[in-house]
Amino acid sequence: MTLITSKRHRGAHDAGPSGWFVAPALVFFVIFAVVPLVGVIALSLANWNGIGAITWAGFANWAKVLVDPVTGNALVVTAKIMVFSYIVQAPISILLGAFVAGKQRYRALLAVFYFIPLLLSSAAVAIAFKALLDPNFGLGAGLGIPALAQDWLGNPDLVLFVVIFVIAWQFVPFHTLIYQGAVRQIPASMYEAARLDGAGTIAQFFHITLPQLKYTIITSSTLMVVGSLTYFDLIFILTAGGPGYSTRLLPLHMYLTGFRSNDMGAAAALGVILVVIGLLLALMLQRLGGKDRSANQTEGA
Amino acid sequence: MKRRTLTSVVAGAAILALTLTGCGSAGNAVPEGSATMWTISGATEPIIKESVSRWNAAHEDESIKIDSFADDAFKTKVRTAIGAGEGPTFIYGWGGGVLRDYVEAGEVEDLTDFLKENPEVSERYLQSVLATGQVDGKTYGLPNGANTPVMIYFNKKVFDDAGVTPPKTWDDLLKLVKVFNDKGIAPFSLGGQSKWPNLMWLQYLTDRIGGPEVFQAVIDGKPGAWSNPAIIKALSMIQELVDAGGFVNGFSSIAADSGADRALLHTGKAAMLMQGAWAYPTFKTDAPQFVKDDNLGFAPFPTVAGGTGDPKNIVGNPSNFWSISSKATPEQKKAALAYLKDGMFDAEYTKQLIDTGSVPVVTGVEDQLKKSEDADFLTFTYNLASNAPHFQLSWDQALPSVQGDAMLTHLDQIFLKKITPEEFATNMNKTLGK
Repeated sequence: MTLITSKRHRGAHDAGPSGWFVAPALVFFVIFAVVPLVGVIALSLANWNGIGAITWAGFANWAKVLVDPVTGNALVVTAKIMVFSYIVQAPISILLGAFVAGKQRYRALLAVFYFIPLLLSSAAVAIAFKALLDPNFGLGAGLGIPALAQDWLGNPDLVLFVVIFVIAWQFVPFHTLIYQGAVRQIPASMYEAARLDGAGTIAQFFHITLPQLKYTIITSSTLMVVGSLTYFDLIFILTAGGPGYSTRLLPLHMYLTGFRSNDMGAAAALGVILVVIGLLLALMLQRLGGKDRSANQTEGA
Repeated sequence: MKRRTLTSVVAGAAILALTLTGCGSAGNAVPEGSATMWTISGATEPIIKESVSRWNAAHEDESIKIDSFADDAFKTKVRTAIGAGEGPTFIYGWGGGVLRDYVEAGEVEDLTDFLKENPEVSERYLQSVLATGQVDGKTYGLPNGANTPVMIYFNKKVFDDAGVTPPKTWDDLLKLVKVFNDKGIAPFSLGGQSKWPNLMWLQYLTDRIGGPEVFQAVIDGKPGAWSNPAIIKALSMIQELVDAGGFVNGFSSIAADSGADRALLHTGKAAMLMQGAWAYPTFKTDAPQFVKDDNLGFAPFPTVAGGTGDPKNIVGNPSNFWSISSKATPEQKKAALAYLKDGMFDAEYTKQLIDTGSVPVVTGVEDQLKKSEDADFLTFTYNLASNAPHFQLSWDQALPSVQGDAMLTHLDQIFLKKITPEEFATNMNKTLGK
C-alpha cells in the first residue's frame, strides 16, 4: 500500500518522513518473514525426513503435492471452512457489535459475557468442546437429550459444521469488539438527522450504521478470511483432521505431512501454497475496499 | 469501561497463572552437562523417575536429568530435537521403522559391543523382546518397561447378565454382537478418533488369516503387498463387523488418549474392548473398585476359521526402548551406559512395574507375578507373550512414518465405510518403498 500512496503523492510534496523510519520494521520483517520464507521455498525443492541428510529433489515434491488428491481435498475443506465461517461470523458480529455499542447498562454487562470466549486459548476451547460433544459421556448423554447425543465429531457429514460452529464461538467475540468500537465512533448527529427525516431503527441501521462501517467490515473480513487459513490448534485438538480427511484443512495437512509423515519437503511445498493463497486473498480484499481511502465518510450528514 | 478492563486483566492474570503452574517442572537439580533423559507420561513414568533419583543419589558423578512429555507430543518433539542436534542422551522409543530412521541417520549408538562386554545385561531380558530393538542384526535399543500384547478386555458383569462367555472364534464374536445389541449394550468399545486402536483389528485379523508373512512382505516393500487376499479379507471382515453394529455408536469421535474407550467398558455401556496390556494399569487408576471386584476379564483374540496363522500369535508392543544418542558427550554416554547396566531393572524397578499391573520384560519374575494382587492378569499376559510363536510390533511403529500415517488414515476410512478394501490396497500399494 505504501508503494501506491507514495506514487500518487510523488511530486506533490517530497518532504515526507525519512525513508529510514521504515528500517527497524523492515529488519524484523526480513529476519522473521522473508528469510524463513526463502528457506521454506528452498526446502520444498529438497528431500528431508527431519533427521537424515537433506538431498536435492528438484520439483519432485511439487509434482507429488500438486497431484495428490489429499491436497485437493485439503483445499476444498479450507475453502468450505472459510466461506461458511464468514457467512456465519460476519452477520452475527455486526449485529452483536451494533447491539453492545448501546450505552445501556445491561448491554455493557452482556458485552462482558460475550467477551469471555476470547480469553480462552484455542486448545482449552477445543478440549472443552471435545468433552461436551462426546456421544457417550458428553452434553447429550449427560442431560438425557438424545438429539444432542449425535456423533458430532465422528460423522464425516456433520463434523465440518461442528468445527465451523466452534470457530465462530471462539472468534465472534473478537469481531464483535471491533464492530462495537466502530459503531461507537459514528457521530450521533447522523442518527439525529436521520430520525428527523423519519427513519426507524432498521432504516438507520441499513442507511447509516452499515455504510459507516465499510472500512471496519473490510478489516474484519480480512482477518476472518485470512485467519481461516491459519486455523490449526483448534481443529488439530478437536478432530486431528478426521474422521478420514473430512477436516484436514491446508495448515493441518501441512503439519501432518511434515511432522507425522516426516516429509518436510512436501510440507514446505504446502507451506508455500498456503502463503501464496493468503497473500492473494489479502490483496483482493484490500482492492475490494476501493483505492480512495481519503474519501469523506461523513458527506451528506 | 474501567470495570471491563479490570475484569479482563483479572481473568488474564488467572489464565497466565494457570499456564505457569502447568509448566512447573519436577526440578531435579543435577549438574550442568549431565546425561539427559526424555520419557513419556503414563504408568511407567513415575517408576522411571524414581529409578533415576535413586541412581542420582548413589552416583553423583554420573547423574541424569529427566523430563517427561505427553505421548503424541513427545514423538514429534524428540524427532525435531534430534534433527536439530538438540536431542536427549536417552531416547525413548518403540523400535521398528522410527528406530531404523535414527540408525540410518547415524543418530543412535550401536549397543552391540556393550552387550557383548556385559552379557548379564542381555541375559536379563526375554530374548524375543530384544529383537525389536535391533536393526539389521545390531542392537540400538534396550527394553526399559513392560511387555504389552493386545488382548480383548471384557466386562464380566455384563457377560454374566447376558449369560454368555468370551468369544473363542470369530463366529462366536459375531453371535455376541447380536446378543449385546439386542440388550442395548455396545458389543465393542473403540477409540476410533485416535486411529491406532483401529489398527489392532487389522493386525490381528490379517495374522489369523494369513500369518505374519503377509505383513513382512509389506515391510520388505514387495510390490502389491497390500493386495494380499488375507489383508483384503481382514478389511472386509472389519466392515462386516461395522455393519453388524459391532462398535459403539460414535466410535470415530472417541479418543483413546482421554480414556473414553475404557470408560465405556467399566461403566457397562460396552461389553468388550480390544486394547493393549498398557490399558490395565489405567483401568486400575480410573476404576479401582471395578478392578477390585474382579469385573474386568481378559481373553486372547479369537481364532478365525480357515486361517493359516497360528492362533497363539500376538500383536502389540513388545516393550519400550532406550536408545543412546550418538551426539551425546563422552561423559553423558558413559553415565547412560552405566545406568542401563546397573540402574535399570534393579529389584525395586521390577517390583514397581509389577505393582502397577505390568509385566516386566525380564526373566525370572514368574513367582513375583503369581504373588501380585493382579496375579490373574499378569500371569495371563506373561503366558500370552511367552507362548506366542510370533509377537508382531504395531504396524504403525514397524513401518516408516510416511507409510504408517497413510495407513492409519486409510484404515479410518475403512471403518467409516468411505472406501472399499480394494481401494485401501490400491492406495497403500502406492506408498510401498517410500
